Amino acid sequence: MELHDVWFVLIAVLWTGYFFLEGFDFGVGILTKLLARNRAERRVLINTIGPVWDGNEVWLLTAGGATFAAFPEWYATLFSGFYLPLLIILVCLIVRGVAFEYRAKRSEESWQRNWETAIFWTSLVPALLWGVAFGNIVRGVKINQHFEYVGSFWDLLNPYALLGGLVTLTLFTFHGAVFTALKTVGDIRARARKLALWVGLTTAVLALAFLLWTQADSGDGESLVALIVAAVALVAALVANQFGREGWSFTLSGVTIVAAVAMLFLSLFPNVMPSTLNGDWSLTVSNASSSPYTLKIMTWCAAVATPIVLLYQGWTYWVFRKRIGTQHIAEIAH
Amino acid sequence: MELALAPETLARWQFGITTVYHFLFVPLTISLAALTAGLQTAWVRTEKEKYLRATKFWGKLFLINIAMGVVTGIVQEFQFGMNWSDYSRFVGDIFGAPLAFEALIAFFFESTFIGLWIFGWDKLPKKIHLACIWMVAIGTVLSAYFILAANSWMQHPVGYKIDKAKGRAELTDFWAVLTQNTALSQVFHTLSAAFLTGGAFMVGIAAYHLARKKHIREMKTSLRLGLVTVVVAGLLTAVSGDVLGKVMFKQQPMKMAAAEALWNGQDSAPFSIFAYGDVEKGHNTVAIEIPGLLSFLANDDFGSYVPGINDVNKAEQQKFGPGDYRPNIPVAFWGFRWMIGFGMASFAIGLAGLWLTRKKFMLPQHLRVGDDEVPHLVLFKNKALSPKLTVWYWRIAVWTLAFPLIANSWGWIFTEMGRQPWVVYGVLQTRNAVSPGVSQGEVLTSMIVFTALYAILAVVEIKLLAKYVKAGPPELTEDDLNPPTKIGGDMGDADKPMAFSY
Repeated sequence: MELHDVWFVLIAVLWTGYFFLEGFDFGVGILTKLLARNRAERRVLINTIGPVWDGNEVWLLTAGGATFAAFPEWYATLFSGFYLPLLIILVCLIVRGVAFEYRAKRSEESWQRNWETAIFWTSLVPALLWGVAFGNIVRGVKINQHFEYVGSFWDLLNPYALLGGLVTLTLFTFHGAVFTALKTVGDIRARARKLALWVGLTTAVLALAFLLWTQADSGDGESLVALIVAAVALVAALVANQFGREGWSFTLSGVTIVAAVAMLFLSLFPNVMPSTLNGDWSLTVSNASSSPYTLKIMTWCAAVATPIVLLYQGWTYWVFRKRIGTQHIAEIAH
Repeated sequence: MELALAPETLARWQFGITTVYHFLFVPLTISLAALTAGLQTAWVRTEKEKYLRATKFWGKLFLINIAMGVVTGIVQEFQFGMNWSDYSRFVGDIFGAPLAFEALIAFFFESTFIGLWIFGWDKLPKKIHLACIWMVAIGTVLSAYFILAANSWMQHPVGYKIDKAKGRAELTDFWAVLTQNTALSQVFHTLSAAFLTGGAFMVGIAAYHLARKKHIREMKTSLRLGLVTVVVAGLLTAVSGDVLGKVMFKQQPMKMAAAEALWNGQDSAPFSIFAYGDVEKGHNTVAIEIPGLLSFLANDDFGSYVPGINDVNKAEQQKFGPGDYRPNIPVAFWGFRWMIGFGMASFAIGLAGLWLTRKKFMLPQHLRVGDDEVPHLVLFKNKALSPKLTVWYWRIAVWTLAFPLIANSWGWIFTEMGRQPWVVYGVLQTRNAVSPGVSQGEVLTSMIVFTALYAILAVVEIKLLAKYVKAGPPELTEDDLNPPTKIGGDMGDADKPMAFSY
């Protein structure tokens, strides 16, 4: 295994981490409109992810930085090619971050309602667009011999990619619903479980269609294994949810995300961004990667830093392990 | 009109706008994290309530700023790929590594521990909670270091070779990138300027309250902390600026010649504090000039030779081929002066403040005021300034808040525009760095979107800051004074409300 293959795996791991972690906080953001019935419940939802969403988002920044360093050509083609969708995602992430931090900083109801609306849309839109983006990456886009994207914005909105977008949207919402069930007490917990069932069933249908399509298009034996794992984990997550085993349900919805992302990357390899114009113009792990020296340094950094990051991020979840409900929100409790 | 709206021009405007905006929050974040950590340490050690109240007050202002710093930072990472894809292809092998290091080592650290600090008041024992804010402070400094190492490589590329076949620069020595003198002096200068910014922020806000005789106990402490920070950081900023300047004179003679609008090289070159006339054509009608100072700044020698813009341009033409290698001279000239001027002004106000408050507890009995009253400032030994003059000092000191922010912005405009037409000095020109596949309409769209969004957020942020500044330090509760002794807080009391919730 060459170093650029290692980095392909590491980039896949970073995106997986990002979708696993920010996946549930996007989902919780979406649930503020789907599940919460009043302001108190919206606040409970927002506070289940309060201490962790920022750390979750850094997985994206790390994936971006690592792609820049390990696969500069990929980074350049991807972000200049997917210009407008990325712009929308960036705007969402900016508004979303500010919304979390500023929402409770004034007590006027209109102020808080506006930020809540912002949280909903800025969680929903990226959850959808990341799926569209990955759908396009896996399917391939119009890339010329200079590795420039020559398609248009509308080319990105093809049926396969849009289906991919619906999959991430529903899957993250499901993941967020089981996370909510795991992190809350009282009425909201029971309703989160009920909602998880319906969102989960929808996800199962959409995800199966998308993954089978992917498998038929560009799959191999390994990606089939990942597909099966994803499908089984999703069904098992639904079953665990029905039995009220919330920890298991959340773990399994996480496994679904891990396996589904793994499947996308497996069907992508050794390409990182296939060209639909000419196979020779595809970006691959070898023609898009950095020099071996850079990759070596980066590997050392990742080997040392990643376990430490996992350790302290894991510790955060332990510190804030207590379930919360409306009674824990100070203003309402008094 | 067509030329003015070229994608390159738009991309440069967008980079300038987003970067200067981002950098309003970065220095405040770096310094306020450490200053808040310092105040919290004082509370943990002394258990004096004023320190806890000050911690909560400055901590809140810090959080309002860091929120903006974080979200605007996301744009910074991705716009290289969006607007500058040829740059990314050419230098990704080198430039990407420090960015990735920043994310892996610094950014994870900072963002995780800030969550722990914000929500951890009732979940973590006192000392562990204190450690969290220190972690954040360390994270912000690490973050600055990696980003500045990346930027320094653009100012002065080292540790690389050009691979002609692949058409890109490749890293040969990462250690050189991290430890070259450009990087170290930039880090030194930027961090001291960051503390000047945070100190001035404290001085300005404390002065605002003291002028109104409110929250005196906390604000006296904050004022002194701010003043000491301003003075120490101001000195370090000047020293590090001198160090960085000398490095620049060697590495980017064009930038420094432009900073002085020195058209032709000369021995014993003067430094003009203020130029009257057209700097673009040479500033012959100079108002105030210090002879030999430029030579001293460049080479530690008042009589030494300093090359001018024309000399450097000729030399670069010989080295890199025909072309114009001059940056925008008025921007470089005035940018350099605004940077130094506003930086020095805040330092001067800080120094005056430190001197005027030096003996507030040694005043003769009849001039002394109680602990809950604003002390009169001291002019000379045993002579207090009249209350009127005291209030005037507070009024002026409020403005200190803005000065380093202006100085920082001009500093970056100077250092980045002074390097033009190069994006990587001597290696890659800015016009060859833009994304070839991105249309004018796309760049224009994103520039308008970011500018409009940033403008709206600026209004929101300033209003929030104003609200929390006016509110002053919060009242403390029983829970504030009795932090948990176990990690995770009191798990037994199931329905107890959280100390902090969004």
